[in-house]
Amino acid sequence: MHRLRSTLTTLGIIFGVSSVIAMLAIGEGASQQAQQQIARLGSLNIIVKTVKPPEDQKSTTQEMSMKQYGLTYTDAERFQNSIPNVRIVVPSRRISQQVRYRNRKVSTEILGTVPWYTDISPIRILRGRFLSSVDMHYRQGICVVDEQVVTELFAFDDPLGQDIKIASDYYRVVGIVSPRDSDRTGSNIKDDVSSTNVGSGANVGTIYIPLTTVKDRFGEISIQVSGSSGANIEKIELQEIVVKVNAANEVLRTQGVLETLLERFHKKNDYQVVVPLEKLRLAKESARIFSIVLGSIAAISLLVGGIGIMNIMLATVSERTREIGIRRALGARKRDIIIQFLSETLLLTLTGGVLGILLGSAIPFLVTYFSKHPTAITGGSLILAFGISAAVGITFGLYPAYRAANMDPIESLRHE
Amino acid sequence: MAKADQEVGGGKTVIQQANKTVGFDSDAQILVMEQLCKNYYPGAVELKVLRDIELTITRGESVAIMGPSGSGKSTLLNMIGCLDRPTSGSYTLGGNNVSMLEDDQLSLIRGAHIGFVFQSFNLIDQLNVIENIEIPMFYQGFSEHDSAARATELAQMVGLGDRVGHRPSELSGGQQQRVAIARALANDPLIILADEPTGNLDSQSGADILEILDRLHEQGKTIIVVTHDDNIAAHARRVIHLLDGRVKRQEYKDK
Repeated sequence: MHRLRSTLTTLGIIFGVSSVIAMLAIGEGASQQAQQQIARLGSLNIIVKTVKPPEDQKSTTQEMSMKQYGLTYTDAERFQNSIPNVRIVVPSRRISQQVRYRNRKVSTEILGTVPWYTDISPIRILRGRFLSSVDMHYRQGICVVDEQVVTELFAFDDPLGQDIKIASDYYRVVGIVSPRDSDRTGSNIKDDVSSTNVGSGANVGTIYIPLTTVKDRFGEISIQVSGSSGANIEKIELQEIVVKVNAANEVLRTQGVLETLLERFHKKNDYQVVVPLEKLRLAKESARIFSIVLGSIAAISLLVGGIGIMNIMLATVSERTREIGIRRALGARKRDIIIQFLSETLLLTLTGGVLGILLGSAIPFLVTYFSKHPTAITGGSLILAFGISAAVGITFGLYPAYRAANMDPIESLRHE
Repeated sequence: MAKADQEVGGGKTVIQQANKTVGFDSDAQILVMEQLCKNYYPGAVELKVLRDIELTITRGESVAIMGPSGSGKSTLLNMIGCLDRPTSGSYTLGGNNVSMLEDDQLSLIRGAHIGFVFQSFNLIDQLNVIENIEIPMFYQGFSEHDSAARATELAQMVGLGDRVGHRPSELSGGQQQRVAIARALANDPLIILADEPTGNLDSQSGADILEILDRLHEQGKTIIVVTHDDNIAAHARRVIHLLDGRVKRQEYKDK
């Protein structure tokens, strides 16, 4: 067989197989990333967030306005008291603030929350302790910082026991925790669900302070200066309330009750309910469709490769008509001829399959390296791709082989 | 196939391959044609290529088939070589009625009992000398080891022991035809069927080839040569003259 021609033909299969693998790996990577991000939010959680209600015509015309909206402490109490199945309710308040330690300063997010915040968030306590109910009760001036804050503020000192200055007050560091979002790759899903719209995105790390302390020292009024309409004074009590239920099958029911409750007490549409479990389901569904679409495109390229194989085998058969006649005269049965040509086709496609698997396994690494998009090669996709290339070989090799076997030996011998 | 069970004297070889058994009586009369006709239908008109051929060839004979072009020589040769089936009449080869055999069984008989030597050598260019000689043995299910040993032996016999790794394109015409003869002998067939074996060769190479064929005849092989060359026909003990698809006359010579 012609070396160049065989190589070119095999390329069709190589690209087909490698695109199947690469496409499935990219699809799988996206799916896993989405699922991880959602899982980090907790599949048993229902997240209620404060959102700015749609602006009234009237209020925008005013130079200064005082607006009150969002979730309240009463909401949190209502959730706790009147919804069954609720295991814990975690209210939190976020403020963007400058933090100082000696001559260093950094802009961070201050998260006023409750001791059981750790139950709904994937943060780990690295040193010291998290907030306690005693801190809550006495409205202690203590804080827990995450590693990002530690790197920014404490160059050589041990953070534990040090006092840092937030706004005008000092807080003692009692614990260090891991960052909330370990990777900051920034995808749509994360933006959509996890970060509440407080302050700028330039904040580094998070400092946890008892909610009661925050209420005491910062109050509920925040002043935002926006370019067009001057300063806005807003009153927001809580940015977020996370409700955790006992079991996954209670999530949707509890969500219903929760929304009914919110509708009754909130006249403005100033909240948003996010259900990670629902998101997870949707993410899985869209990942599945994504994989099907990518897989189909790749499968078409394999089909094209297969047609190329068939084309080349038909050309080979007619070129080797005389050889077929010779072999038939020398005792080859029809099935011997079929086996001969089919195994040549299989050799081409399986070589293409193996090379395609190697190339296809390399592409996801390159994609991850250059675009930072996560990929995941599954064993199933390798087996699938190899199986497909074998199937392509048999399917598209059978007809040329059959044609070769059924040529009249006398005619074939006469063929020039 | 039923004839395989009949003992008609003489040795009997049985080829077994893929659960199909074809008996082959190496009886004295290995080839019998009775009222054999072959018609072709190339267009609307029926073409009678062979008409009422009556032919018996006994074991160890040396036969030349002669005739002008269009006399049906090639068709008769294809018929003898089991590449074709008769339209009517019967052709019995080694006790098997050829028109009754299936395609696979015909392949088996061709491979085991007929050695083809063609005018244009018909070697496979991609294979070397040894591999070409091995082809018939491959289809009879020989092991790689056995066939390689026998192919080397045959190459030496036809005087090409030092060329075993060469491709056909690297050999002269005479050498190629010697490879073809070695290949024809691979399965130790009863009949060597040669179609103008010297047609593409210079006179010296042609003479060498004829000498090899004569030697094989002396060793007891049945040789059937198709030719239009009287000098080649002179090597045979019996010459069959064909004209318009009929056996016109037969000459017997004694040496």
